[in-house]
Amino acid sequence: MRYSGLRVIKEALTGHKGWKPAWRDPEPQSSYDYIIIGGGGHGLATAYYLAKEYGKSRIAVLEKGWIGGGNVGRNTTIIRSNYLLDGNEPFYEYSLKLWEGLEQELNYNAMVSQRGILNLIHTDAQRDAFTRRGNAMILNGADAEMLSVDQIKARYPFLNFDDARFPIKGGLAQHRGGTVRHDAVAWGYARAADSLGVDIIQNCEVTGFRIENGSCLGVETSRGFIGGTKVASCVAGSSSRLMSKANMRLPIESTVLQAFVTEGLKPVLPGVITYGAGHFYCSQSDKGGLVFGGDPDGYNSYAQRGNLPVVEDVCESGMALIPALGRARLLRMWGGIMDMSMDGSPIIDRTDINGLYFNGGWCYGGFKATPASGMCYAHLLATDAPHEFATAYRFDRFRRGYMIDEKGMGAQPNLH
Amino acid sequence: MIINHPLLGPRDAQEFTFLGDASLIDRPDWEAENAAEQFYEYAYLRDNPAGLHRELWFHETGDRSWLVVTRNTLTHEITDVEMASDVARSKGRSK
Amino acid sequence: MTDNKQTNRLTGGQIDTSRSLKFSFDGKNYAGHPGDTLASALLANNVRLMGRSFKYHRPRGVLTAGSEEPNALVELRSGARQEPNTRATTAELFDGLEAKSQNRFPSLKFDAMAINDRFSHFLTAGFYYKTFMWPAAFWEKLYEPIIRKAAGLGSLSLQEDPDEYDKGFLHCDLLIIGGGPSGLAAALRSGRAGAQVILADEDFVFGGRLNAETYEIGDQSGQAWIAAAIAELEAMPNVRCMARTSVLGAFDHGIYSAVERVSDHLAVPPKGKPRQILWRIYSKRALVCAGAIERPIAFENNDRPGIMLASAMRAYANRWAVTAAPRVAVFTNNDDGHRTAVDLLAKGVKVTAVIDTRADAPRIADCELLAGAQVIDTAGRLGLNYVKIQQADGSERTIECGALGVSGGWNPNVHMTCHQRGRPVWNDAIAAFVPGDTGTPGMSVAGAAQGDFSTAAALQTGSDQAAAALHDLGIDAPAIDLPQAEDTPVNLQPFWYVKHGKGRAWLDQQNDVTVKDVKLAHQENFRSVEHLKRYTTLGMATDQGKTSNMGGLAIMAELAGKSIPEVGTTMFRPPYTPVPMGTMGGRARGKHFHPVRETPSHKYSTENNATFVEVGNWLRAQWFTKPGETHWRETVDREVNAVRGSVGVCDVTTLGKIDIQGTDAAQFLNKVYANAFAKLAVGKTRYGLMLREDGIAMDDGTTARLAEDQFVMTTTTANAVNVYRHLEFVRQCLFPDMDVQLISTTEAWAQYAVAGPNSRKLLQKIVDPEFDISNEGFEFMACREITVCGGLRARLFRISFSGELAYEIAVPTRYGDALFRKIMEAGQEFDVVPYGTEALGVMRIEKGHAAGNELNGTTTALNLGMGRMVSKKKDSIGSTLSEREGLNQPDALMLVGFKPVNNADKVTAGGHLMTKGTPKDAEHDQGYITSAAFSPSLNSSIGLGFLKDGGNRLGEVMILTTPLTGADVEVEVVSAHFVDPEGERLRA
Repeated sequence: MRYSGLRVIKEALTGHKGWKPAWRDPEPQSSYDYIIIGGGGHGLATAYYLAKEYGKSRIAVLEKGWIGGGNVGRNTTIIRSNYLLDGNEPFYEYSLKLWEGLEQELNYNAMVSQRGILNLIHTDAQRDAFTRRGNAMILNGADAEMLSVDQIKARYPFLNFDDARFPIKGGLAQHRGGTVRHDAVAWGYARAADSLGVDIIQNCEVTGFRIENGSCLGVETSRGFIGGTKVASCVAGSSSRLMSKANMRLPIESTVLQAFVTEGLKPVLPGVITYGAGHFYCSQSDKGGLVFGGDPDGYNSYAQRGNLPVVEDVCESGMALIPALGRARLLRMWGGIMDMSMDGSPIIDRTDINGLYFNGGWCYGGFKATPASGMCYAHLLATDAPHEFATAYRFDRFRRGYMIDEKGMGAQPNLH
Repeated sequence: MIINHPLLGPRDAQEFTFLGDASLIDRPDWEAENAAEQFYEYAYLRDNPAGLHRELWFHETGDRSWLVVTRNTLTHEITDVEMASDVARSKGRSK
Repeated sequence: MTDNKQTNRLTGGQIDTSRSLKFSFDGKNYAGHPGDTLASALLANNVRLMGRSFKYHRPRGVLTAGSEEPNALVELRSGARQEPNTRATTAELFDGLEAKSQNRFPSLKFDAMAINDRFSHFLTAGFYYKTFMWPAAFWEKLYEPIIRKAAGLGSLSLQEDPDEYDKGFLHCDLLIIGGGPSGLAAALRSGRAGAQVILADEDFVFGGRLNAETYEIGDQSGQAWIAAAIAELEAMPNVRCMARTSVLGAFDHGIYSAVERVSDHLAVPPKGKPRQILWRIYSKRALVCAGAIERPIAFENNDRPGIMLASAMRAYANRWAVTAAPRVAVFTNNDDGHRTAVDLLAKGVKVTAVIDTRADAPRIADCELLAGAQVIDTAGRLGLNYVKIQQADGSERTIECGALGVSGGWNPNVHMTCHQRGRPVWNDAIAAFVPGDTGTPGMSVAGAAQGDFSTAAALQTGSDQAAAALHDLGIDAPAIDLPQAEDTPVNLQPFWYVKHGKGRAWLDQQNDVTVKDVKLAHQENFRSVEHLKRYTTLGMATDQGKTSNMGGLAIMAELAGKSIPEVGTTMFRPPYTPVPMGTMGGRARGKHFHPVRETPSHKYSTENNATFVEVGNWLRAQWFTKPGETHWRETVDREVNAVRGSVGVCDVTTLGKIDIQGTDAAQFLNKVYANAFAKLAVGKTRYGLMLREDGIAMDDGTTARLAEDQFVMTTTTANAVNVYRHLEFVRQCLFPDMDVQLISTTEAWAQYAVAGPNSRKLLQKIVDPEFDISNEGFEFMACREITVCGGLRARLFRISFSGELAYEIAVPTRYGDALFRKIMEAGQEFDVVPYGTEALGVMRIEKGHAAGNELNGTTTALNLGMGRMVSKKKDSIGSTLSEREGLNQPDALMLVGFKPVNNADKVTAGGHLMTKGTPKDAEHDQGYITSAAFSPSLNSSIGLGFLKDGGNRLGEVMILTTPLTGADVEVEVVSAHFVDPEGERLRA
């Protein structure tokens, strides 16, 4: 069924009896051509594009809990394509372009809101680095603008300009960046994929792979064996746990990233801002809550919760940047498990096992990548060749020395 | 979190800096035949277990000891703390 | 004396009627008494309407009498202290309190946004996902601004918060969370046993629910018993009683966060006092005595001002001597609801009826009981006038009442038990979730929080659980005599919502989530608890679903044909109640965000008109402006020219300094540096390049051999900490038997660069004469321990970052200021200048030295032009992986210099390099400029940068493009060594 304003009006007048389930709850079939493990944003997007763009059928998405319950449902909702390196920027710019048409594509209002993102600059070295980055963005067809302090003051007069420990010296803006209603992304892809015949199977945990003679034949699940011609892992946050069942060790460690929201407030922040001298980034949701975050807790964890020092550190940074936040109240905090890769960039690749594919290592940048990740993974699954914008996201880049290290932190995942 | 330092007793985890898997102690021999492959695996591949994890913490604002902490990544419970130098020696590392 | 305007004030209560406090709400003046909350004082003044709901802007009054309040949120105080979303139910009244209603326009009574309520048919759960999609551009331009403006609750002043906040640590054997009967019993038992105890309660009085009841404890009133207990506890040195203190979150290993509201009950914090304190409580054990929260029953139009929880109605009457209206009714499914009727009757309030869903409800004296009846609708635009009842026989009637107390039973307050992902479990006897495995080591639960609702059970379990917790710690806590107390069994028939009628019945009052919304979510297959929550926003408001989650869950269970626990459970995340950002930030604000590290020459620099720059936490002199200089470039050019022409001095103390000693020290350096160090002679210094294990450059610096077994390493300022940590890792984890010891001496030595052709002459005036520092006696790269100024021990290094004849001289830090001044004095005859980081940077670019901008974590020795420095003859960190194919491409980036073809043009750091004639896009990108400066020596802008195959492209003219500004300039690729490429000056 098609969603529209007219439809909303019609249903309102007839008691909302006509709304159909957004997706079915089918029983798993005995086998599929494509099994996508993980009903998060990336998995659902992959299924959708496999069906829509590559015309594939007999596709299942297996989700151990409820769809959208992983990182797509616990992030700070930011989209942007302000990357530096050749391996990344074209991919994220492609993703941003997909976001821009997503709602019409999916017939679902995910509230893609391009209110802009601003990375503040506090040192000359940071200015040099952001200048290089902004230039790289434009050379890759993205938008970027270097803002002066006065321009920033005009838009964000309440930032700490007068008494700052680390004064604001400028900022790199990407006006096409912004936020998206994160849950709606999962639901929109799920509904659209379902309508193309994809089986979304919730409460179906993959407990093992059936691998014979170097080929993956399907998965063991909490609901029995399901055969699959191509099996695709898409469980960022749990990648190592899942792939260990295929005896694979990954260039990934898992850490927890906390995120926070304040009580609802009348509009304060028009766009997304990131503090360059502390661990703090913030936007305001349409409901009025200030959504913010900082650095990961920094130790390996699968606990989906963090500890107090990071909470304090993030809030201190927030107060340092925006002294007027003092009387806003922190309402809720949560943690997501990040697949932190060894260079801070993701992997979309085949594995050494025939028929087994991998998508993960998104660090804490996975949300913005959702559409492109889905498209590129679908391309890989459908054609067995990497998508033109994901050629760098290979497993062997570490062995061969082609790291894509935006932050330059090296093989220490918690620093990316 | 609180880390029970073998020499100093319980210390706040804020005094420490985390590095990663204690397998980083097992640095390969540079003259091994497949040294390149061994170093790649050493530097990049991890078990990343959900459960007990032996990991390296540095007592940065304390006594500057490197510790091997055995911690459950699902519950954060710490069950063992050793001096990394002792662990390294027990694995045959010397000079 | 009762203020005559307080028409709803009753007698008794825990308020001080001898004193009157004035306050205002929406500009209108009222009076209340000490002991009141804003909510109780407003109710006393017959104000039921206190807020508007989030979506439909429905008129709302209090639902609760505690921190779980969803409706009565106000903007408290004014000006920079304006505090949005303050719960009127917990705001203590003080004289002069100002409050405004929020989220309404133009006024609370006439809110234009209430138009939304008329269109509620269209604004069902998730309607916005289905519309506002066309045309695409209209979302940001039209729909979203309207939605954003309408959304949100209170507003920030956007002024800097004038109040101060503190943080502190507390330690205890037992943290008791909640000071009701169970918490008090626990505190008494553990306190008497001598344990270190912290008793925290969010309220401004201890006693919890006892304050809202009329129960006797033993032979005294509940209040008298509380007072005696608190008096005893406060007299114990081992017990800390903390009122106005909300425990917020349970973190790992027994660490809890809590906020103490030190001054919120005052108009402004007393001088020197913070508004609030964030406590980090390190507990060995914790006991959750957080009580229970009553839950409502959903029915049509159950959100009118005057409709509240029965327990709240009772609390207002008993504790605050207030009734919301002269005539009240009660709607209940359990015996506890009857208590409300009884207590209000006892206070002289007219109870028009008790409507009980149970056909066999017990009778009640002096008031009509409607057993087996349900409330099916209510009326009253801005406040309740009457309720409509369907009786057991199906007949309908109306009951007049200005307030309705609703009780659907009680939910144990499991919040804290969920923070470490503990999952509550279902308890049929009380039809509620109780704590299961909390997943929180050291935490136990007592009293109503674990489902033991009677006072007697609360006292008993509090006492028992405290003893059990202390037993774990080896502390024996003898039993204490517990007084006789009320021990009423729970008698309840689960009843979640009234099915009658087609109207809206609210579950989440703040977010306007109704029973219909849950049904729609079910219909659209948003059936898991989390989908339900996220799709309808149930439980996402400022109360986090404390009163609403259960109802939603029960209805979903019914629709799905499952039991409640099969559908899911309620989960809570920290904080327990919302906490101000100011409190979380503490004193780390403004200039105090991070500590400041000052260099030894800081005082001199301040006196000499230095401009400072933040370098990490260091403040370094950036340049020293002289009178008459109007632009920083003028100053920096002068400093550079002075150094290159004569001599200058710069504080380089911030560079990391690591003392390395031991018989294996040289071997150790051979491991950590890519180039060889073993054969470095004593008295010599060598440049070292340090790689990470992945083969990427980590840091560089010079290391001096002071003795056979002693080296002093310098690191870059930025990497001082990381390098030290890395060296300790190599020492302890990789080569534990090496005889080598490390210590950071960054702050132990003040170190100054003295650079320029006259630097030797200057230093000869300072260095004690027995030390020969002539070119022959102390050649380039020499190092030596010397004395200066007549016996002060010092270290001298002949190293140069500027490219000039130069030295670095170090003395113990406490002599740093004196030495700097001495150098300036001795150098007068050479016109010595102090120079800052900017001139330092200009000269290192002129000389082609790599620094932080070049060592950016992605560059290799090869990129830096030092590929051949990586010794293949030895094992060093990073040597093996540096040989990987990707790091050794034939067209690898190489560090080279750039000069504009047209001297007036500028080289811009961050600009990208394009081969002439190729398109300006990423595909044709040839490299980038890392550092740029104006070189006074060359009278031209110059830059360093990484260029593909740069070493073979010297002389090529390229386009340097900066798309950010649109500037394209032609630059020539040149050697990175702009000044004195042969290195003659530094050897002079």
